[in-house]
Amino acid sequence: MPPTAPLPATKPGPLRSEQIILFRIGEQLFALSSASVQEVRSADSLSGAAGDVRAAEVPKVRKFLRRGGTTLFVVNSAAHFGLPASEGILIFVLRDTRTALLVDAIEKMTSMTRLQALPLSFCHEERRWYRGLTALDQTVVPVVHPQGFLSAEELLLLDAALPLDEASGEQTATGSELTQ
Amino acid sequence: MTVSAELDLKSFVLLHLGERRFAVSAEDIAELVAPSRVFRFPHRTPKMEGVILRRSRIVPVCDIAETLIGKRLLSRRFYLIALRHYGQRTEWVALPVTGECELINAELMAAGGSDEPHVAGWLSHGGEVIEVLNLEALTPGPENSLLASTAREQLDVRSAPGSEAEARP
Repeated sequence: MPPTAPLPATKPGPLRSEQIILFRIGEQLFALSSASVQEVRSADSLSGAAGDVRAAEVPKVRKFLRRGGTTLFVVNSAAHFGLPASEGILIFVLRDTRTALLVDAIEKMTSMTRLQALPLSFCHEERRWYRGLTALDQTVVPVVHPQGFLSAEELLLLDAALPLDEASGEQTATGSELTQ
Repeated sequence: MTVSAELDLKSFVLLHLGERRFAVSAEDIAELVAPSRVFRFPHRTPKMEGVILRRSRIVPVCDIAETLIGKRLLSRRFYLIALRHYGQRTEWVALPVTGECELINAELMAAGGSDEPHVAGWLSHGGEVIEVLNLEALTPGPENSLLASTAREQLDVRSAPGSEAEARP
């Protein structure tokens, strides 16, 4: 069959850019809006600052942190996405969520001008995970949804699994606050 | 009046998957393209391999071979880019195929009650009876009940034609 009518080119329009952080979990690259990252810390700084929590239904969370009167749950992002096990070297404290995300590395900070909705063919959990996909330097990167790491049900399970003396004291942050 | 006019011929694209041939309505085909890099990312939807970039558009890649011939494709020669309907919405999906495709005119014979859901009908061509594929049944997609919430997600990223969206925090 000869080549048929080509796909229509994407209609150009006025573009705004959004600052994003490209980060790695193992070999996989992801993007996250920098506006949704409140703080970046070294995972080493968790030592002594984090408590243990075990909820059998939420194995991707093993630690929690107290931050400003709120309990944050540390999500192992490799476990969340079903990627090969990774300990995580950095922690992203995600703004307006109760999630602290363990990742392996920051690739770079950049900006995106287009976010394409996740194709409807992808119709399972990934629809909660991603805001969409973006093309950067001829590579397609999934843009994660900050609220997509812990569902309301998972938060209830984790809250119920917290140790009874969890309310004692707040931790002092030693991370670097991101300015927008 | 010619015989072909009486038969109400329709156009179909024949595609190869291994040794077998299948047909898709030509109305639902956009183009046949050479294989390009598949970008993969974590997800939970069976059959979905990832996405390709085509004319600045991100197109999902769906391997239908396992359903149709019982095994995944180890090699592919082209991607047949087809139109997939989701209720009122439509999107392109890239189907890996193993050989050249052919545009034919043939009469569609309706599927029977015992046919698989992915069989839209049958046609006869070159002495062979060929399945006409129903892409809506063959490729993944949200249930109708989820389409409304999906539409809301699209709005959240300010969907423009072709699901392109302007980025915003």
